[in-house]
Amino acid sequence: MIPSPLLDIRALSVQFQTLEGPLRVLRDVSFEVMPGETFGLAGESGSGKTTLGYTILQALAPVARITSGAIRFEGRDLLSASEDELRRFRGRRIAMVYQEPRSALDPTMRVGAQIAEVVEIHERPRSGVALRRAHELLELVNIADPVSVARRYPHELSGGMQQRVVIAMALAGRPSLLILDEPTTGLDVTTQARILELVADLKRRVGAAVLYISHDLAVIAQVADRVGVLYAGELVEVAPTGDLFAQPIHPYTRGLLDALPHLDGMHGLTPIEGRIPKLTALPPGCVFAPRCRFAEPACTAATPPLESVAPGRHVRCVRWQTVIATPRRSTQAAIAPAPAGRDVPLLEFEHVSKRFGGAGVVARLLGMGAPPVRAVDDVSFDVRAEEVVALVGESGCGKTTLGRLAVRLLRPTAGHVRFAAPNPTDAQIVFQHPDSSLNPMKRIGPSLARPLVLRGLRGEERRRRVRELLEAVRLDPDTSARRPVELSGGEKQRVAIARALAMGPKFVVLDEPVSALDVSTQASIIRLLTELRRALGASYLMITHDLSLVRHVAARIGVMYLGRLVEIGTAAEVFRAPSHPYTRALLSAVPRPDPAARGRPIRLEGTVPSAQHPPSGCRFHTRCPQKIGRVCEEVEPPWERASATHWIACHIPIAELSRDSKETGP
Amino acid sequence: MMWRSPTLAVGGTILIAVITMSIAAPWIVPYPTTEQHMLDRLKPPGARFVLGTDQYGRDLLSRTLAGARPALGLGLGAVALGLALGVPIGLAAGYVGGRVDDLVMRVVDAMLAFPSLLLALLIITALGASTGHALLAIGVANAPGVARIVRSASLALREAEFVLAARVRGERHLYVMFGEIFPNVLAPVIVEATLRVGFAIMAGASLSFLGLGVQPPTADWGLMIREARQYVFLSPWPLLVPGTALAVTIVAFNLFGDGLRDRLGAT
Repeated sequence: MIPSPLLDIRALSVQFQTLEGPLRVLRDVSFEVMPGETFGLAGESGSGKTTLGYTILQALAPVARITSGAIRFEGRDLLSASEDELRRFRGRRIAMVYQEPRSALDPTMRVGAQIAEVVEIHERPRSGVALRRAHELLELVNIADPVSVARRYPHELSGGMQQRVVIAMALAGRPSLLILDEPTTGLDVTTQARILELVADLKRRVGAAVLYISHDLAVIAQVADRVGVLYAGELVEVAPTGDLFAQPIHPYTRGLLDALPHLDGMHGLTPIEGRIPKLTALPPGCVFAPRCRFAEPACTAATPPLESVAPGRHVRCVRWQTVIATPRRSTQAAIAPAPAGRDVPLLEFEHVSKRFGGAGVVARLLGMGAPPVRAVDDVSFDVRAEEVVALVGESGCGKTTLGRLAVRLLRPTAGHVRFAAPNPTDAQIVFQHPDSSLNPMKRIGPSLARPLVLRGLRGEERRRRVRELLEAVRLDPDTSARRPVELSGGEKQRVAIARALAMGPKFVVLDEPVSALDVSTQASIIRLLTELRRALGASYLMITHDLSLVRHVAARIGVMYLGRLVEIGTAAEVFRAPSHPYTRALLSAVPRPDPAARGRPIRLEGTVPSAQHPPSGCRFHTRCPQKIGRVCEEVEPPWERASATHWIACHIPIAELSRDSKETGP
Repeated sequence: MMWRSPTLAVGGTILIAVITMSIAAPWIVPYPTTEQHMLDRLKPPGARFVLGTDQYGRDLLSRTLAGARPALGLGLGAVALGLALGVPIGLAAGYVGGRVDDLVMRVVDAMLAFPSLLLALLIITALGASTGHALLAIGVANAPGVARIVRSASLALREAEFVLAARVRGERHLYVMFGEIFPNVLAPVIVEATLRVGFAIMAGASLSFLGLGVQPPTADWGLMIREARQYVFLSPWPLLVPGTALAVTIVAFNLFGDGLRDRLGAT
């Protein structure tokens, strides 16, 4: 007998009432979640995935209206349930965890008390029991010392710990369904790995089903049993995880998978052309047709039904048989590998340190006040002409500070940054946040013209150059007259790139240039940057937390931890043994879009220490899984030479680092 | 768009009326503002003098209409002066930050701790009583408040990526402050300025009332109230009419400012 589904969503449609008319945010969405199952819901921004989560909880904004369909949970119809009944479901039977743990926690309450409060609401236990249950819940989410953590305030915990606390709180009502909406977005990769491990393990521990909502297919591959792919408000494909990743059927699913960067640096990063349609102007027929290379007239005639194509597999595509018969694009090589660069140093960091803040001299003499934050501490490396160097590391490692030092936004506290180009403005920067990188009060044309004014261009020549710049970043010339708010994230980032190019730079810092963008857009921006670099003959210093991305674009990679460079080498060298224990942990934590590659990542215990009080000796010794003894705590590790281009700062001999990596490496 | 918000609509309508009055006064007044009708002193409203007369038999309607111009002139002028002083100071403090910000803001705090009317009195005592000096005094008293608003708005933009990008491409600091940051702090500045005009008119009327602003026989609301004070028990009209005009104008500026604040989303 087939067990009945825990959550059964049938033909659900949700509409938002706006001034511009109704927005059909979700259309005809049907899927089910079985008891104890993890269902992954994948979609880019604007796909309606978050709205779906709120719809299940019946916690939609007043402008939203469910226009058709049914949601059955544990056999009961949620749409016809009264507010009283819903209150009994929310939190108790269905719990939700949101992206931003910080805003889900009350900053004025100790976390133990917050969890206990939820326990009291759900179970009305005798006094004293609630707090004990809170400790149990904290233990359940892998918090090693629940009693001491319970006594802390949210701001005293790291992002990963905060998210665990929120999950513990969600589990307080013993729900049978847990909805997780992007629970690891914004967390470091090693922290993400541990949260994913926890999610995968929750099933076994509490027997709850999980609806895992994410934009990241690689993350979904790690946790889900079945996957649904959402595009512009429609579910386009539903399949068991293994099948979906082995043979994606819907052209959009294929596009998404082909757009992901691969750790091998060879495959992927194939962009999906075009952009997600506006909900105010949905194309006729299949919503993906305008971006689909398989599209034919039949596709735009009518919205294709969600068709069953194999046991457990559903696809909303009329041409799925043709799609299956066509080989995937990712089998083609992605991007030409980055050139090694000419042997002329362009930018040199010489024993560069940067400290922030700290108390004044008087306060320090009196033994009061905080010591300065050592954001960057004694870092030396260079970027050669026409070379792409990447700096990787987790938040707080100092990579962004280093990028700002490179473009003179900051002055080093000690050491030198030498830039071998005639003008200081030959070094430019592209920032992370598309929303903040353009002046919201200026139209695109004037924003792009301004750097040209500085370079002395005027009149028709300047207008022509603005058009050329827009063309270079593949934007329509009409974009000149538009305002930043009218552009998508990817388009804004293209304008920011064009603005940096307008200065004719020899060197560009790319500070997380694609981390705020959707996967399909990410690929096209990276390709654009690669092409432009070749045309300009410039060097890039790319700063990122995304290891699979750097493999595609960088010739050399530097790995940073807590203000220090711990390893530097060519991309190939850093990605294989021998490597620094931190690099190994980082690499093993990168989720791969391959359910077969679910592994136990190397666990890093504890959290990154404070840069105000960095550990003595090797900074990584407090978390290092390969620590060899007192020497790690007391002596700064020397630079060991693994090859002419590959250096590792570690006490463990190179020979041994190579051996270890072979045994347990990724 | 203005009519969707009732506060904006009511405030805006009154303001348009007051501004029209102040411009058209010389042509629409029924009597010259200084013409005395010795036989009709302290008359209540009637057919000949619609709003009555004052102690010299001057037409209250004419004088009140004409009084709009000095009131608005002083209010707008003083706020303009406050903006001219406060905006650059606030921008510089917010953009440069660090010690400069600390120093400027402590001076601003000290000035804010000082009652602005007292500050104005101090300036006038030093320079002498006149309309121009009243404007100068109120303008200077307004500057610290404006500087504080601009400073906090620009402090938030100091690390904005488009500001950093401007610095990296070698823009001059003046351009970064006025070309990049200023357009983005305009909304809160406009709201603040509108609200301040009401207070400036009030302060101007107070100075006139004390005999330190507009000098007789000019028609001015504050001055009219001052002169009517002694006769209030004989006839309340010379006090009520300019008093109401003053109150309505100030309320209108406040309503309009609040409406703008809601509309522009500024704080």
